[in-house]
Amino acid sequence: MVMKMIFDTIVGIATLRGISALNVIRVSGSDAIQLVNRLFVGKDLDQQPSHTVSYGHLIDDGVIIDEVLVSIFREPKSFTAENVVEISTHGGYLIAEKVIEALIKLGCRMAEPGEFTKRAYLNGRIDLTQAESIMDMVNAKTMTQLQIANQGLNGQVKELINDLQSDLLSLIAKIEVNIDYPEYDDAVVMTNEIIIPETKTIIDKINQILIKSDTGKVIREGIKTVIVGRPNVGKSSLLNTLLREDKAIVTEISGTTRDLIEGELNLGGILLKLIDTAGIRTTDDIVEKIGIDRAKKALSESDLVLLVLDQSQKLTDADKELIELTSDKTRIIVGNKTDLGSLVDIQNENIIKVSAKNKTGIDLLENEVKRLFVDEVLIGNNETMLSNARHIGKLKEANQNLKDALSSAQINYPVDMVEIDLRKAWESLGEITGESGTEILISTLFSKFCLGK
Amino acid sequence: MYDAIIIGGGHAGSEASLAVARLGHETLLITGNINMIATMPCNPSIGGPAKGTLVREIDALGGEMGKVADKTSLQMKMLNHSKGPAVRALRAQSDKVLYPKEMQKSLFAQENLTVKEAYVKRLLVENNTVKGVILESGEIIEANTVILTAGTYMEACVLVGSTSTPEGPDKQKPSYGLSEHLRELGIETFRLKTGTPPRIKRDSIDFSKMELSPGDNFKYHFSYDDSVFVPLEKEWPCYLIHTSEFTHSIIKSNLRKSAMYSGLVKGLGPRYCPSIEDKLVRFADKERHQLFIEPESQFIDEVYLQGFSTSMPHDIQEEMVHSLPGLENAVIAKYAYAIEYDAIHPTDLWPTLESKIINNLYFAGQVNGTSGYEEAACQGLMAGINAALKMQGKEPFILRRDEAYIGVLIDDLVTKGVLDPYRMLTSRAEFRLLLRHDNADIRLTEKGHRIGLISDERYQKFLDKLSLIKAETARLKTVTVNPTAVINQQLKAANSGELKEKISLLDLLKRPELSYDFVISLIDEKRTLPLEITEQIEIEVTYEGYIKKAIKEAEKLIKEERIQIPADFDYSKLHNIALEARVKLSKIKPLTVGQASRISGVNPADITSLILHLKEHSSNTSK
Repeated sequence: MVMKMIFDTIVGIATLRGISALNVIRVSGSDAIQLVNRLFVGKDLDQQPSHTVSYGHLIDDGVIIDEVLVSIFREPKSFTAENVVEISTHGGYLIAEKVIEALIKLGCRMAEPGEFTKRAYLNGRIDLTQAESIMDMVNAKTMTQLQIANQGLNGQVKELINDLQSDLLSLIAKIEVNIDYPEYDDAVVMTNEIIIPETKTIIDKINQILIKSDTGKVIREGIKTVIVGRPNVGKSSLLNTLLREDKAIVTEISGTTRDLIEGELNLGGILLKLIDTAGIRTTDDIVEKIGIDRAKKALSESDLVLLVLDQSQKLTDADKELIELTSDKTRIIVGNKTDLGSLVDIQNENIIKVSAKNKTGIDLLENEVKRLFVDEVLIGNNETMLSNARHIGKLKEANQNLKDALSSAQINYPVDMVEIDLRKAWESLGEITGESGTEILISTLFSKFCLGK
Repeated sequence: MYDAIIIGGGHAGSEASLAVARLGHETLLITGNINMIATMPCNPSIGGPAKGTLVREIDALGGEMGKVADKTSLQMKMLNHSKGPAVRALRAQSDKVLYPKEMQKSLFAQENLTVKEAYVKRLLVENNTVKGVILESGEIIEANTVILTAGTYMEACVLVGSTSTPEGPDKQKPSYGLSEHLRELGIETFRLKTGTPPRIKRDSIDFSKMELSPGDNFKYHFSYDDSVFVPLEKEWPCYLIHTSEFTHSIIKSNLRKSAMYSGLVKGLGPRYCPSIEDKLVRFADKERHQLFIEPESQFIDEVYLQGFSTSMPHDIQEEMVHSLPGLENAVIAKYAYAIEYDAIHPTDLWPTLESKIINNLYFAGQVNGTSGYEEAACQGLMAGINAALKMQGKEPFILRRDEAYIGVLIDDLVTKGVLDPYRMLTSRAEFRLLLRHDNADIRLTEKGHRIGLISDERYQKFLDKLSLIKAETARLKTVTVNPTAVINQQLKAANSGELKEKISLLDLLKRPELSYDFVISLIDEKRTLPLEITEQIEIEVTYEGYIKKAIKEAEKLIKEERIQIPADFDYSKLHNIALEARVKLSKIKPLTVGQASRISGVNPADITSLILHLKEHSSNTSK
């Protein structure tokens, strides 16, 4: 593996993900200021002196990602002794992830675990004892990281990445055989017309994988959530309480809203997309008002059901019907009005007790959402979280390389040029599975094609 | 007493001898048969993808191969023309009678160089340093440096069917005892195998059943110095045929008679040049295999049957050949054979190709586990240069992977080692966009001049070329065209977008669909500059974005290559690395962090630990 960890521009999240009100994204390397500046609308960061903070917005492809504060540290007076930019964004997975994605698109690389510290040492910012203790820690974790890497990507996704790698390798080998054995007549002559659809197929597959990765899905898409409950259990007041929470920010992100989604809610850094909130806002009785079919449709679209019950009353037939209706869904049973007592009689179910009125128990609800949707191993452990985020980052790098290859092919650059980006994509995938290198390519070449003198 | 002795007069030995002698050292080339110096015992061609670039690199550094290939070519072809500038490749069919003659001429005319016909039995070694050689006759010849380029001759064995004959290529006497002696010195050897197809009498062939495969009608040549070419009408064509179902059934029913499949062959053959029986076994569902009939020489009535390498017994070879279209009545001039020989592990060498075990002893060519004339020649040149530099007390000459295919080849050999004969492929070069055959002179002429193998005159010619490129590029930047109807009409005809505003010719040239000739035609100009100048401008401008990206990637490599590791670094001092990494690093003894990071089994965490200790080491010593 080429040790490219040392000198290029890297990006990583410096704060614990998902829980804090703010996130800090750190960028280090000679191009750090220049790259962030390309996303930043505000003062010209290239012109700002070291150790200053600038207010502005990060904009990617014309869409505002977030309102941010950007701190500039010029080399050598920074943590890593390189140019460093620290971006303070609002909390939550989505924003941090979008910022990192935009920076990777511009050429940053996802930082390896402990890489900022390594750079600090290598550039003489911290002494050997400090660095060695960090290295011991990082080394000791290498094995666990590998294990977690495999856990972080579930079996199905891992298989998909392997498939992807072999699709890409076979595409590359087909191009290489043309180049190294131009007179070999049993291989298809690879032209951009052939490369374009094959590349598109691989890009589609990567997008599929990004969606299938559970954590990735939570980060990128939010959780499609439906709130149900019979009349007068307090759904509206629960929603309003959630919306009034300090941490809760309602965001509108253009292009992501689907017809059924009517609101977005940030619950402790995780985006909940509320389905069919119209029913919830105008009436308490979703079942009776819009009919059981509509409710079923909403339910079938959802990733999560918040079933609200009244803690102060025994279960009614309508409650029981809803419990039955949602029994095969990922759901959280919310016992509202916990301030009024605890009469609800339900067996074998974990009830999250909240009081929308007194604003208690909301943290319990947040934790339950995280428990259900974010790999527990990944929460509360920054190193392992990075490990997984690194894989997502690598996959995105690969995707970006493929898109570059595609656009070169579309303007009809020679296949040799197009192949440069295909090979980069393959190497990015290899950094996830640990399988890459010229030898594999050459073995593939000679096992797939019958070449020789 | 000589400054240097070169053992073996093949393509590596020839280049090594010339380089050392040209750099002013008394040199002795010892070879088993003077008439066989620089012969082509396998395919009669030089160049091709990656290999053609090697030839140009050899030439830019002052080597001989390119010039000899130009003088002796029967046909030249530019391969991969449409696939992109980085992979275009020149290939010559060489006259196998003329090529060795031309090379011998250069060797015999070379000042400071003596050629002697003999076999070396042992090396003279004192205190792990080579002091000369001992011949089979018992004669001792002393020298400061020895370069061993024994090719496939050490303990060579030719295998045909069930017979194993101790002989070298073309029935030459092998070198006995030398490899055993090397093992006594602590240099391990291992068996490798290669093979060659049959040669056919030309007048026994019915060419009407074959597809003609001519060369290109272009004034191509390898050397940047000479300009010798053969016009197309004088070129000798190749022909293409395919194996038939009948051929396959003959081979399949006689598979056990092949030396390869009877258990006779112990050496590992090249994946890159499998025998025809190998191809049939490994690709059982392939209905046919392509074969090329290549001219061997204008002086002998024989052709080369490319793709038909085999170790079948002679009677089966007859049957096999006669099953091919146009070869029904063919007369086999020379039967195909497989050959086994002893090679050394190139991981026992420093990147200068000097042995890590015996000082002043260098190895180059096929004995290092490579395959191909070009691969051998470039190692010979590099070993020769480094031997001379060491004698002169100068810094070694090591090419990086972003500087030359030669750098890739030697780095792969000494860092990763080989299991089967190593062939150069473009896929091996991660910076192949920078390592083009068209810019080999730009990459390497200055280095060749500094070393002393490129004359002042040739260097001046090179500098003139550079300034022409620079001046013309600058001119294209200032000359503009306006979005007139005429101009836009011309652009449209060339499938290029219309102009909306004034644009410089340089910016127009950035469009991949437009050529230099087209762009200057917009201002009613015709090319006056040589093609090699305008081609260079065209490539550098059109692919500027990609080239810049590659240069940026290469900068990372350069930084890693700058962090040096002492040759005697003690890896047992590194407490923080995996066992596998420790073992491999101790064996390979990488000279830079870049090289260390390319060793398989050494991961980034090991490298970081290594860097930490190197930093500690250097700060301690500087105190």
